[in-house]
Parts: sequence; structure tokens; C-alpha cells
Amino acid sequence: MQERIQEILNEAKEKIAQAATPEDVEQLRVGFLGKKGKITDIFKMMGKLDKEEKKTIGPAANKVKNEVDALINEKMAELKEKAKQARFKMESIDVTEPGKGYKVGVKHPLTITMEEVSRIFMSMGYSIAEGPQVETVFNVFDGLNSPPNHPSRDLTDTFYITEDTVLRPHTSSVQVRTLKTKKPPIKVISPGRCFRCDTPDATHSPMFHQIEGLVVDEGITMADLKGTLDSMAKQLFGSNTRTKFRPHHFPFTEPSAEMDVSCFVCGGKGCRVCGGNGWIEILGCGMVHPNVLEVGDIDTEKYTGFAFGMGVERIAMLKYGVSDIRLFYENDKRFIEQFK
Amino acid sequence: MLVPIAWLKDYTDVQVGTDEYVSKMVMSGSNLEEVDYTGRGIEGVVVGEVVECGKHPEADRLSVCMVDVGKESPIQIVCGAPNVKAGIKVPVALDGSHVPGPLHGQPKVEGGVTIHKGALRGVESNGMICSCGELGFDDKVVPIAHRDGIWILPDDAKVGEPVEKELDIYQDIIDFEITPNRPDCLSMLGMARETAATFETGFTYPDVAVEEKGEENASDYIDVEIKATDACKRYVARVVKDVKIEQSPWWMQKRLMLAGMRPINNIVDITNFVMLELGHPIHAFDIRQIEGGKIIVEKAAPGETFVTLDEQERKLDESMLLIKDAKKGVALAGVMGGLNSEIEADTTTILIEAANFDPDNIRLTSKALGLRTEASARYEKGVDPNLARYANDRVCRLIELLGAGTVLKGAVDCYPVPKAPWSVEVRPERMNKLLGTSFTTEEMIHMLERLEIGVEEKEGRLICTPPTVRLDLETEVDFSEEIARMYGYDRLPVTLPKGNNESSLGRPETLRRMARTALAAMGADEIQTYSFVSPKDADKIGLAEDSVLRDVVPLINPLGEDTSVMRTMMLPEMLETLGRNYSRGNAEVKFYEIGNTFRKISEDLNVLPMEADAMTLGMYGGDADFFALKGMITEMLVNMGITGVTFVKQEENKTFHPGRCADVFIPRTAGEGEDPIYIGTMGEIYPDIADAYGIGTRVYAAELFFALIGEQASIDIHYEPLPKYPSTERDIALVVDEKVTVGEVEELILANGGEILESVKLFDIFRGVQVGPGKKSLAFNLVYRSKEGTLTDEEVAPVHDKVVEVLEKTLNANLRAM
Repeated sequence: MQERIQEILNEAKEKIAQAATPEDVEQLRVGFLGKKGKITDIFKMMGKLDKEEKKTIGPAANKVKNEVDALINEKMAELKEKAKQARFKMESIDVTEPGKGYKVGVKHPLTITMEEVSRIFMSMGYSIAEGPQVETVFNVFDGLNSPPNHPSRDLTDTFYITEDTVLRPHTSSVQVRTLKTKKPPIKVISPGRCFRCDTPDATHSPMFHQIEGLVVDEGITMADLKGTLDSMAKQLFGSNTRTKFRPHHFPFTEPSAEMDVSCFVCGGKGCRVCGGNGWIEILGCGMVHPNVLEVGDIDTEKYTGFAFGMGVERIAMLKYGVSDIRLFYENDKRFIEQFK
Repeated sequence: MLVPIAWLKDYTDVQVGTDEYVSKMVMSGSNLEEVDYTGRGIEGVVVGEVVECGKHPEADRLSVCMVDVGKESPIQIVCGAPNVKAGIKVPVALDGSHVPGPLHGQPKVEGGVTIHKGALRGVESNGMICSCGELGFDDKVVPIAHRDGIWILPDDAKVGEPVEKELDIYQDIIDFEITPNRPDCLSMLGMARETAATFETGFTYPDVAVEEKGEENASDYIDVEIKATDACKRYVARVVKDVKIEQSPWWMQKRLMLAGMRPINNIVDITNFVMLELGHPIHAFDIRQIEGGKIIVEKAAPGETFVTLDEQERKLDESMLLIKDAKKGVALAGVMGGLNSEIEADTTTILIEAANFDPDNIRLTSKALGLRTEASARYEKGVDPNLARYANDRVCRLIELLGAGTVLKGAVDCYPVPKAPWSVEVRPERMNKLLGTSFTTEEMIHMLERLEIGVEEKEGRLICTPPTVRLDLETEVDFSEEIARMYGYDRLPVTLPKGNNESSLGRPETLRRMARTALAAMGADEIQTYSFVSPKDADKIGLAEDSVLRDVVPLINPLGEDTSVMRTMMLPEMLETLGRNYSRGNAEVKFYEIGNTFRKISEDLNVLPMEADAMTLGMYGGDADFFALKGMITEMLVNMGITGVTFVKQEENKTFHPGRCADVFIPRTAGEGEDPIYIGTMGEIYPDIADAYGIGTRVYAAELFFALIGEQASIDIHYEPLPKYPSTERDIALVVDEKVTVGEVEELILANGGEILESVKLFDIFRGVQVGPGKKSLAFNLVYRSKEGTLTDEEVAPVHDKVVEVLEKTLNANLRAM
């Protein structure tokens, strides 16, 4: 019996060594350890043995069973690993082939600019106000303290629908609408489309966008105006940006100013972008004229305010280095997709 | 406004370099257009005297001149100008010299031109005799006498001296932008006042001490009557006898030229000089032509005609103001003189007019006639009537100083309602509060006085009396600005507002951003197109004749037909944009636009139109097809909280392929009215229309009423817990006629699936010989689930069997085994 066990072990060792596939090994498992396997048979015969024989054959058979089981498992693992490696080799790919065509769309650069400026002002507590593009002459001129003979009222400057309705030439009309409907404290910006009778060329477009701002509260000063717009400029053009306020004239503000920012291309040394003087004009602003506040029945003794308006195209052109305003309205996919 | 700095020095002693001058003036409120450096770029050009002038042997038009340029012997120069002759002084560009140019008959060269000696038609020429233009003067300022040839210099110019020094034309000229509120700055005196205030250099008024050496009085010659007192506030007339019309002295010609005006003759030059100096227009009449010794200011008769100085016959209306004599019109008031009373070479007695006209009247006349002059430009912005006498005196004083005539005694000054100086009471603490400053009253007074504003302190307030030319200083805030700019805006403190506000994006913008984010994620790029469009768009996209979208809001003054009406829809511009991209070779395009459209709500155009957000989507190339567009719309709506969108076949819309077009509907969840709500139409664009827009491939587009979508959209996110119990899935495949739609089948399944049917989804469509001609096989996946527990086969089977049975009966469907 002992010999038979040894024979089975030797046979198993030999056959396992020769096995070439996991299937071969599985067959050997059945052949040796299965219900009718050779080692199983030994155990089946155990009942017929006497006590003494059982004592020696039992452990021997168990030992061989464990050894064969281990050998088979080892072989199985080895062959499976081999097969996996072969599959990897077969499935190897050229990683330089192109990726699949996912594409995120792009917002229009003017939208991007307006959202960016809006974000900056919203972080300072401003809300968005909107107004129509077709406006009353009152809301774009009279309500903004514009004298009856102001040149901007001419047919050569502003588009008219009737004598009393126009395409708004600036977003300042939203000031009048806001003052008529809201009570201080007021802190709004209003991005939107405007229209002026300019024939399209590299720097003019009959339609363009502005962002208007209006703040009315107790104790608002011209220093607040400077601080607010200086902060905006630093956030929009970089923290090294400096601002310069120059006196100017607008009918709806007094005092009025224009704001220049230090050229973000040359840092103020002078270059082509800033025309050599280191400064770029970016917006008009001022302290809201009492005549305008009165349109909204606001107590001009109690409240003061400031307002500003900036051209979105101009900011986008400067910020992104776009040299022709018409590109914004041509909508060439190759242009738009650069603003990712 | 061209301001030669040297001229300002007559009135204020400013002693800084041009750069510093400009930067300080800009900061005190004078806006810079540009700085022009006249005379720069002239090098090696000297004063010469033509000593001999003979004909060129080979060319009739050329002269061969011997010119004394201060060297040992004269040099030979060939000259082509018709006005060259012996005995005149001329500017001579020597060999190797440099002039700004342009050379006669040639285009302007950046950086100027270097002159070399050479030969002209075989005759040696050692330089060039220059014209005004060649020395850098604009054609419009060249004196008439030298316009068609070389520049004949004053007799006292020193031969051999550099011409730019001898003539003092090496000057910096500042072009200031004058804002409409400061007409007083349209003058040297106004700019000098600003300069003096900025640099605190003091201020001297020009000499107006007229000697009046004439024996007679002006009133012996002339009587003035203002009939149109609404449009003419003042009329001051003086009379000058023994007038000798000749050229003005070089100093005056030079000033006019540098300030942008052409010298003509002494009298005209003096009137222009005073207009530039004081900002007050002046007119001179030949008194021979003034009939009846009378000047009458009145409105023209309707249809009256009048010939102006430029020899144009003008048709007037009864709003226009005429200066008349006893019988006829002699000047179009404030705009242009009459041809009939022009100063001529033999004029000996003249009437000098300094009058004040209403700005609106002059502006409207100038606009109606399309005639804008230096005078009308000043009048329409506003001139101080108190300046009229002073301006007239200044003209007469200059006539005396130039020896151009004898001024008669007195002036005829018709000034029915004199404009008195006005005062404004301002509060120092209030001005500090506005500016965020803490100036003392003394500091404020000092800054205001720099601007020649009279200030008196009274009970803590300041009584300010501005010069009457400062028509803009009316209220307290005006004086606040004066203080701020005198102090310097750059020196004002920098703070942030102290109050706090809650910030809101607003629903319309929030919705736009939701849509943009969703569409971007699906690969669509955003476009922006004009709000005004062509009225022809409607026909171009085949819009129905009776469509309300044809009822557009038109502009009175469009730039052109292409931009003459406000858009009622955005699809045409989407197609135009796609066409432009197609023609530029962009092979695969997915675009969207969100913008507003304009719909009349009344036939009265004074009623503002309704402006509502609309949206277009457009795509061609790549995987673009009907279902790509449909999927994009559906997913965008889902991202805006709208589920249950339905697409209903639309075969009548002429913009689209009749077999590939759908109207889009969404269920109503908010507000009252139709349900579902029609939100627009989508599909493949009709091939002829795609062609018309130059799109040579199938193109898919949609126009949606974004505002209606917005009303139903939900900004809030809704969460439902995940299902507790597992689902049971069943597949159904059925063969149906082609005309049966997927939508119909889905509806039937959903209607019969009871409460436990969670979803139904098409996963395959098959056509081919196996299913037979005119048929298709549709395969659906049905998911059953209960909220109460795990479904058993016994619970699902009766429901599913009913679905199958209904499909078979209703659609005559043939179920295939799955």
C-alpha cells in the first residue's frame, strides 16, 4: 500500500510537470483528487485496512494528497499567469493613437468678459439689473440730465425708432430704471447691448456691450468710487495694476472722471498696446448728478452715489489682444474656440 | 482745439516743458487729443533770396534761379513753382537737408524726406525752394498767396538763417479735446485761464483799449434793431474807415496757421484771430453794401433764398435767423456771411459785428442747411453775451495796432436784456462729504479763486460768483468738481463704500448660465449676432406670409438695409453664421445663441416692444443629425429642471425639411394656460434655404422661446431617494408598419404598464429582409419596480402580458421572441 501511494505521487509529479494548459491541470486534479481520483481511491480503501495499517497509511495518504493538491495549485497559478501575460502581449496598443473626441463648448468671449466683471462686482455685493435695448428718449437722455442740444442725441449718433424711442446708446438708461424702482441702498451693475451709429471698422461696431454700475447710499464719496474701481481693475487686470482718474464730462455725473489703467502689457513703460504712454483708458465714471437722483425721487441731501460704465468689447480686446472688434460678431469657430 | 503753447504765454507766464504741461493740464481737466510738433523734422533749410530767375532751356514750366543763401556766391536751383521770381525771399532746402514733406504732388512719407542736389532736365539744381506744404503745413492753413507755389517769406527774413528759427515755427501745439460743457475753452483765453489755474501763474487780459481816432461816430453810419429777440441776445456794431486790405504781418499769419486757420487778408485774419483768442465769432461787412444804414436781426421769410459767402444759394425757412439791411439779407446769422457784403480788395469802410445768437437756433439752422462753420460750431455750444463788446473792441484795437484802418467813436450796442453775473451758494462740509475729503474753507476758497471764481464767505457758506463765460457753473456739485480737479483727482483718498448689500444674479441671468453650462458640456460654442437685421430675412428663411414674426420694429436711421429692423427671431443670423463658418472651411460646427428678440405689442411704436430672450441652436458636420439636435435640446431642458419634453412632427414649416421637422412642447408646471407649451421648432433646414446661406451640407437648427422655457425652469435641485427594492426587466421586440412611430409605441406601453412600470426605453431599430418591406422591428427595454417590495414573476406577468396584448391589437404588431 505504501508503495502504491508512492507510485501515485511519482505519477502525479510527472504528469503535473508535463501539463501545458490550465485544462490539463484541471483534468489531473479530477484524475487524482476527484471523486473517482486515484488518491481518493486510496482513502476509499482505508476502511478495509486494519487498525495498525490505518495508523501508518492514513497519514501517508493525507500527506500525498496535500502535496499533490499544492503542486496542482502551484501549476495552475503558473499556467494562468502565463496565459494572462500572453493576452497582455496580444492586447498591447499604440498609446499614441488619438483619444476619443470629447469636446467642451466655449462661451463667447464677450460673455466670458461680462461674467468675469460681474463676478468681481458680485463679490463686492452688487446685484445684476437688466433693462431693455429699445428705450425711451427720457431714460437715455432727459432722465440722465443730458441737455436737449447734446450731440449724442443727433440722428448721426443714436438710432431712433420714433422721436421718443431709441436703441439705447449706453447702459446708463438702467440707472434711471433702477432709481425709479428701487430705494437706497442701491448697488447694481447692468451688462448689456448698446447701439450707436458707427460704421463697422476695426475699432467701431454699431452694436456693442457695456457694463453699467450704480451705487446710491448714505455717505457715498468720490473716494469710494476710486477705491471700488481700483479694486475692480486689480482683480480684472492683475494685482500690479495701477489706476489713474482724470477729470472728464458726462451730463449725468458731477464730478465726472475717466479712469486709465496702467498698461498690463508693458506695465506702464509704454508699448504699442497703450500707444506709448503706459496708460489705457478703460471707463467713464463720476458722482451721480443730483438731477438724476431726483428722477427717482431720492433725497439728494441724504443720499449720494456714484456710477460708472465700461465697454465690454474694449476690455476683451485689451485683455485678450484682439485687434479687430468685428471678430466678435463674425463668430468664426476658430476664433471662439480660443477662449477656453 | 489746437493750442500753440507760445500763444498762451501772451496771457499767462507758464514756464514748463511740453510733457509736464500736458500731463498737468490733463489732470486738471483738459483732455488731450494729441501733441503736434510743428517745424520738427526741418533740418538744413535756410532763408534764401532769389537774385536771378530765368527760363529753363528745355522746359517751359521750370525756372532756373540763382539764390543767395548766405554763402560766398549764390547757388543754382531749378524751381517748378509758378510764383517764383527775382527779389523774393524763400525757404531753401540745401543739399542733404531734411523736410517733413510731403513733396509737391507726392504722397506723405513717414519721417520726412531728405533733399539731394541733382539735375532737372539737364540743368544742375543744388537744392529745393520749398512750399508751405513741404515744410509740414497742412494744405488748409497755407496762406492763399502761397497756395499754388513756393512759400514767399516776409521781406525782413534774414538770408542764410535756418528757416524754422527765423520764422519761429518750431512750436509745440497741443490738440485739446473740449467737452461740450466747456465752450469757454474753445479759445486761447479759455485755455490760458485753465493754464493759469493749473500752474498758478497769474493771468493778463489782452489789450482792448481802442483809441477811436476817427472823427465820426459808429452810430452816424449804422442803426441796429433786433426783431428776433428770442434768437439774438445782443448785437454790437463798430465801424472802421480808411481800411487798407493787405496781408497780415507774419506773426499773425503764423498764429492762425499754427492754430489751424488759413490767413487771407488783414481784416479777415483779425476777425479769425479774435475768434480763436476769445472764442467769440466776429463778422465784417463792407459797409457799401449795407443799404439804408440799418442792421435788422430777424427770422427769414418762409422759402426765402440767400447766397452765402461760399457762393451757394441757400433755401431758408422761418426759423432761421438773418442779418438784414433795410432791404435784403446780408448774412446768415452765426453761420456764414453773405456773398453780397463780402470784404473785397477795394473795401474801405467796414462794419464789425460781434453778436450773440441762441445756441439751439444756430445748431438747428446749421444742421438743416448742412453748413457747419467755425462760427456756428462756437455759437451752438454757447457764447457768453457779455463777451460781445469786449470782442468787438479787441478786433478794433488790433486793426489800430496793425494800421489797417481808423476806428470810429463808440459802438452801437443793442443788448435788450443783459446777462448779469450769477452767484451760487455752496456748503464746504457738503462738498467734503461728496468728495471724501476734509478741506478747510480757506483751502476751498483758494482753489476756486485760482479759476477766477469770486468767493465770499458767509455764515459757513461760500457765495461763489464765476466769470460769466463759465456757463457750466450752476450748482453746488459743479463747484465740487472744480475743487476736486484743482486739488487733483489722483490725490483724493481711496476708500470702499461702507454699506453692505446682498448680491443677486437675478433669475434671467441664472437661467442663461444654466443653459450655457449644459450646452457647453455638450460641445456647443456660443455665438453673438446683431440685434438689428435685414427685413429680407423673413423671405430668405421661407417664413409664412401671415407670420407675426414679420411684424418688425424698424429704425428711422439705420446704417443700411442689413441692419434696419429689430429682430423678431434669431434663426436667420444663426444660418448666416453657419454659412460663414462653412465657407471658411470649418468642417464641424455646433453653435448656440441666447439673445433677445423684439415684438411689437402696439401699432404705436412709442410703446416699447416686448423684449424676450430667444435661443437658437445650429449644427452641421460630424455627428450632427436630427437626433443629435433633439438630444441636445432634451438634455439642456433636463438640466434646467424640465422633463417630459415632446416632439411633434411638423410638416408645414417651410424653413425645414418637411419630413425632418418637429415642434417642441414642454409640460406646464408653472402659471396658467396651454399645456403642453409650444416652445419652438427644430429640424433639418430645407435644402434650398441651406443653399441660400451657402451651407453645402445638411444643417440642423432650432429656434426656441427661451423666455417660455425660463418660466417653466426650476432653479432648485430635486432629490429622490434611491429605490429600496430591485427592478425586474423585460424586453419586447415588435415588427410594425413604418408609419407607426416610436412615440406611439412608447405611449401605449406607458399607458398600459400600470404603476409598476418605471421606464421604457427603445434600444434597437431594425429594418431588412427578415422583417419584410415597409416594416421595422423595434426593441424596447421595460423596467418594472415597486416601492413596496421586490416584484415577483406573478406580479409582473399579468401587467407585461397586457402590454404585449395591447401592442399586438392596437398596432397590428407582430411580436418577436426575445
